[in-house]
Amino acid sequence: MGAALARAAQWTAAGSGTGTLEITPLNESLLNQIIKFVEDFSARHPREAAFVFKEPLEWKTQLDCSAFGNGYEITEATVQSEAKAKDGQSLLLLTKSTLRVRSFDQLSHVLQIAMEKKLKEVQACLEANRDPIVQILGPEYGTVEGEDRSILHLLEKVKKGGDPETEVKMKIFLLLHQLDLQLLNSSLKQISQDVRLNPAAVNNEVNLLKNFSEEGEDTVLESLEYTSDYVFSNGCRAPPWRQVHGEICYLVINPHDTDPLCITCSTAGVFLNGGQIDGKDHIDYERKSDVYKDIVTFLRERSPKFVENMAKQVSVLSYLFKMCLFILVYSCLKWVMLFFIFSKTSARFNNVSESSSETEEDEEQPVRHHEGGTDLPSEYWGIQKLAKYLKGGNPTATVIALCSMKDFNLAQETCQMAIRDIGCLEVLINLLDTEEIKCQIGSLKILKEISQNTLIRHAIADLGGLEIMVKILDSLDRELKCLAAETIANVARFKRAQRTVRQHGGIKRLVGLLGCDAVGSTSLTPYQAKDTEMARCGALALWSCSKSTKNKEAIRKAGGIPLLARWLKCSHANILTPVVGTLQECASTPSYRLAIKTEGMIEYLVKNLSSEHEELQMHCASAIFKCAEDKETRDLVRQHGGLQPLSVLLANSENKQLLAAVTGAIWKCAISEENVAKFREYKVIETLVGLLTDQPEEVLVNIVGALGECCQESVNRSTIRRCGGIPPLVKLLTGTNQALLVNVTKTVGACATEPETMIIIDRLDGVRLLWSLLKNPNPDIQASAAWAICPCIDNAKDAGEMVRSFVGGLELVVNLLKSKNKEVLASVCGAITNIAKDEENLAVITDHGVVPLLSKLANTNNDKLRRHLAEAISNCCMWGRNRVAFGESNAVAPLVRYLRSNDPSVHRATAQALYQLSEDPNNCITMHENGVVKLLLPMVGSTDETLQEAAAGCIANIRRLALATEKAKYG
Amino acid sequence: MFTCDPPVAPSDATRPLLPGPGPPARVTMTAAAAAVSGRPLTMSRKRLQQLVDALGHSTKHFNKGEVECLIKLFDKLVAESSSRFAAAGFDRNMFRDILHSAFGMTDEMIMDRVFRTFDRDNNSCISVVEWVEGLSVFLRGTMEEKIKYCFEVYDLNGDGYISREEMFQMLKNCLLKQPSEEDPDEGIKDLVDIAMKKMDYDHDGKLSFKDFEKAVRDETLLLEAFGPCLPDIKSRMAFEQKTFRESS
Repeated sequence: MGAALARAAQWTAAGSGTGTLEITPLNESLLNQIIKFVEDFSARHPREAAFVFKEPLEWKTQLDCSAFGNGYEITEATVQSEAKAKDGQSLLLLTKSTLRVRSFDQLSHVLQIAMEKKLKEVQACLEANRDPIVQILGPEYGTVEGEDRSILHLLEKVKKGGDPETEVKMKIFLLLHQLDLQLLNSSLKQISQDVRLNPAAVNNEVNLLKNFSEEGEDTVLESLEYTSDYVFSNGCRAPPWRQVHGEICYLVINPHDTDPLCITCSTAGVFLNGGQIDGKDHIDYERKSDVYKDIVTFLRERSPKFVENMAKQVSVLSYLFKMCLFILVYSCLKWVMLFFIFSKTSARFNNVSESSSETEEDEEQPVRHHEGGTDLPSEYWGIQKLAKYLKGGNPTATVIALCSMKDFNLAQETCQMAIRDIGCLEVLINLLDTEEIKCQIGSLKILKEISQNTLIRHAIADLGGLEIMVKILDSLDRELKCLAAETIANVARFKRAQRTVRQHGGIKRLVGLLGCDAVGSTSLTPYQAKDTEMARCGALALWSCSKSTKNKEAIRKAGGIPLLARWLKCSHANILTPVVGTLQECASTPSYRLAIKTEGMIEYLVKNLSSEHEELQMHCASAIFKCAEDKETRDLVRQHGGLQPLSVLLANSENKQLLAAVTGAIWKCAISEENVAKFREYKVIETLVGLLTDQPEEVLVNIVGALGECCQESVNRSTIRRCGGIPPLVKLLTGTNQALLVNVTKTVGACATEPETMIIIDRLDGVRLLWSLLKNPNPDIQASAAWAICPCIDNAKDAGEMVRSFVGGLELVVNLLKSKNKEVLASVCGAITNIAKDEENLAVITDHGVVPLLSKLANTNNDKLRRHLAEAISNCCMWGRNRVAFGESNAVAPLVRYLRSNDPSVHRATAQALYQLSEDPNNCITMHENGVVKLLLPMVGSTDETLQEAAAGCIANIRRLALATEKAKYG
Repeated sequence: MFTCDPPVAPSDATRPLLPGPGPPARVTMTAAAAAVSGRPLTMSRKRLQQLVDALGHSTKHFNKGEVECLIKLFDKLVAESSSRFAAAGFDRNMFRDILHSAFGMTDEMIMDRVFRTFDRDNNSCISVVEWVEGLSVFLRGTMEEKIKYCFEVYDLNGDGYISREEMFQMLKNCLLKQPSEEDPDEGIKDLVDIAMKKMDYDHDGKLSFKDFEKAVRDETLLLEAFGPCLPDIKSRMAFEQKTFRESS
């Protein structure tokens, strides 16, 4: 309470004299909280409320004697409480308008009496007793600036003797302290709402926005400029006579999509002003818009393009906002935060202070410049000394300084930041732009090391280092070229850098580094060794750059593929790793996949699966993973004996990245039956089932995918069951990873085709889980789950009963017929086909309106959907007047058209549906009108008996109707 | 390329212009000296052949054709520059001009030292043999040869060590003069300290050949730590191309 009163409350006169509390919202809320605390005190802490204050709280009251009622002796102008302290003094004494109170009991009583004057009373009390704690507990508990040891004293006392009074004191002290914190906290909230801009914050924001502003589509703004370059010593740019209005500076902003905006940044916020008058010199200061809290908020309102492009640079955006937020919050709350630093004891309690502003600070720490000379690490001085020679020395001195700088631990962030903060980075990059090869080499040796750091990478790119390094790739000196390529490899880890390399012709030059003729030879001459080294560096840089799609294309155009293919044949892991890394990165594009297949690279990828280097193995497996979507590639992998090393690599389950790549490769390879046979031979399925538990999701996706492919064969399904694979698979149905769910549902569905397996799935409640996945918003999962449900219903015992037991399940399925996704529709039709086999369920789904929904789908050209839709219609005909209903909702005519499809399975399903529908005379008429007989007749001669029968049955029905009509007509 | 006036210092005039047969420093010296002792300017076909053969054996890095080219170049340069003196080789100034114009060297002291290093027999005149053998290291030396060569260049007094004072001498022009600094030598002294800290492995306050070799093996950039005394790649290639293509 003391701290809050001393610091947060707004007193009219500074210092601890007899100031009065101003009537401000902040004070009012503080007082109200104190009132609440005191009022509740006697109820919540009866024992402490009886505690007698060391000194009475004394103040001039406006209360009248008459207000006191029961429990008080009233004599003329004095009121005494009946309750007395041990020494016989009354706990409350009112003489002439001076009130003395000696316990919380009495205090809360006074407040009750005071009614609407509560606020005034508390205010008077606090004004008279600037530190009430001293009065209540004694002077040793006074609020002291700095260290607060009172609690420690108390603790000691409590420990020493079990004096009950001390314990009570302790309790009161803690309670008051809690109140204190609470008050501070709420005042902090109040203050923080009152955010005001300052020049530094504006300047920071402008600088940040400038970083993202230039001509071009992707930037957030075209430009943003101060109207004046002159900065006053207080950081403002506004002329002094405007500064008195709180204005800081004026900006002209050119957004992409609106006219230039002239804005005023003032301490109250950002707003649009009247614009520039007479060229540049005069500004119409009049406010023309609402006031926004900062420039970004302002622009968000004004420029849709700004918002859009901000969203594009998501990472940038979050950085920007964090920065803005941080700067604003930090600068405004700096003094408030002092409270928390000073009141050490606050840490003892469950501190309610929001630590968000502190964590912000931590996150942004690396971004901030070290300023001033206080407690900088010793590396700063060492590096600063060397920097002098870099800046002001001839090449000889520079080289000595560079070599010496290399002796610092450049992998350490302190050194990296020191180099940047001292401004060495600029010098190092300038050195690259000289003709001095030795300086260039020395500089690159340092840049190569420090570019391991993200911030340095960005700084190098910002300073235009990439452009120069790309130019260096043309140098005659091999060492220099190698270093430049390696540094590019480090820097080009982010999009913008990758783009810069491409735009300055870097890709072509890097590909050029790969071109030499040392490939394939086992023993290298020194000259060839250098070639290999150069190719290695080139490949490293290409690897980094290949993360961008356009760069992949650029590498291909520069003729990189045959060169990569050539290096793939060599046997040095240090060059193979970046080469395969690049290839696997590029394999995400079809042209590379084709090239990998046709240039015979699969053989070498397979060969390197057996390398000793896990990283290389991983990239090879990953390349195969990406390429094996293609059937020929899968066959090539098998023909080159790649399946065996893949299955061997499964044993290394510690390296998760490797495992993910290997299982991925196995998944894609298992799409071919021949490969599955091989995998069975290598007992891959058993191993995969064993890996189903405790793996990261990316691995699980691939494992389950692979099992799903293997499941197409009955032998493998029973293997999975035998190895206990079903329980973990069903368990995975409860996950959230989308890709994983698609694969799991597919695999579980495939397994459910075995009745024995189905028993296990049913026991584990797997069908219910599958059914729940129909609610998933992702259409892939919906479809996959619905497909999986089909065999489940088919093979489960008492399937009808089981389906009915899912509350709302049938309605859910029927409603999925409203989906837009063809695959979902087909799968749901499949599920409905199976559900409708049970008459009771059919009745239920009919009630949910399955007939009109199915009929609505009838006009489709998708053969898969046509087939399953026809099957569903055929099965749904079995209930009530559904046949008639289908006819009424115009499902018949489109069905007839299905017979013109090229897919025989569509013919069969359609013929069956038509046969069912033809039981209704009206449908027969519709069919006949649509020329069904002509289409059905050839199908009667089909080799497919089901089709034959259905077609014949349908014709028979139509014929019978015709006969009956004739009979009715003529006789 | 080599068109510069021959500035001849008066001291050179007092020196013996023709090297005597001198103490044969190496095997080839005698053969070569014999060849040179005639009239160098109009060397006969036969003598030239002899010389080429002899040098072809001793220098690893040039083939015979290249040796011949270098000899021709030597003759040409001598003929051009020493019209007034019947020189048997380059004197200090001529050599310095060559280093400057062909290889872009500027540091007087270093060039002087390079001259000394080429001039194996210490007679202040670079003979054709010294020229070819010197260039062999200068243009195409192995790392070992270059380390040895550079150390010799930097070891100003030839005592087998590069001392602090020698470093100071070589580095004294390294820094831009900053008027604000009280003692302009302070920066140089610091730089010497930095170099010493970096390279003096045995902490005896001076660089032995072993120190220097280890430092260079560790960081190749330190090969020319105290000033450029080898040609850079561009001028080297330009020189080779011009000499070997034109003259052959």
